[in-house]
Amino acid sequence: MNRLNVFIKFAAHKIINFKISNMNNYETVFIMNPVLSEDQIKETVNKFVSFIKTHKGTVNHEENWGLKKLKYTIQKKKTGFYYLLDFVSEGKLINNLEVEFKRDERVIRWKTIKLDKFALEYSIKRRNKLSNNKKA
Amino acid sequence: MATTDVKYLNPVDIEIKNNNKYCRFKKMGIKYIDYKDADFLMRFLNDQGKILPRRITGNSLKFQRKLAIAVKRARQIAILPYVADNLK
Repeated sequence: MNRLNVFIKFAAHKIINFKISNMNNYETVFIMNPVLSEDQIKETVNKFVSFIKTHKGTVNHEENWGLKKLKYTIQKKKTGFYYLLDFVSEGKLINNLEVEFKRDERVIRWKTIKLDKFALEYSIKRRNKLSNNKKA
Repeated sequence: MATTDVKYLNPVDIEIKNNNKYCRFKKMGIKYIDYKDADFLMRFLNDQGKILPRRITGNSLKFQRKLAIAVKRARQIAILPYVADNLK
């Protein structure tokens, strides 16, 4: 009996640990203030990329959409710099990341989405397409 | 009497349109609807920016749900408007 109990505890511990260390794919689009200079934009992007990296995440893809018109005004702004980040991380990180976005005054809107298997397939395809276009 | 009979000798031609609606996503094999692609989502909106009903677009329920989520996400990141007139 004692052995069995130990085994069960061990197994449960493993399962729980596995769940905690489960990595997910995420995608974040954020919009930055249009008043910023190029250096400031790079700085803000680097801030979030390094934030993800320091919290055991890996950034797979970055995409700069540039200055785009907003379809409605956000904080009295009609345009904004769009930026896309694809990354793999634990679920715990997302809450902290959102707090960082909230505290940063240079970011006016952000949206983080968990990618399911179809979305992941699509995003990888899209990534490859873009890289092929760049080469050609 | 004779004149009325003549009218019904030839059956009246009624054009039967065979425009069966179908789900584009099922037919094209699209499994994930991208919320970042505004031009594509625009096909499923009317010119006020509202999502068109299934009875007009012919989407299956599964993809209508996914479409609605994609449109709402696009609105949140200001790619699509919440309210508009003359969108198209």
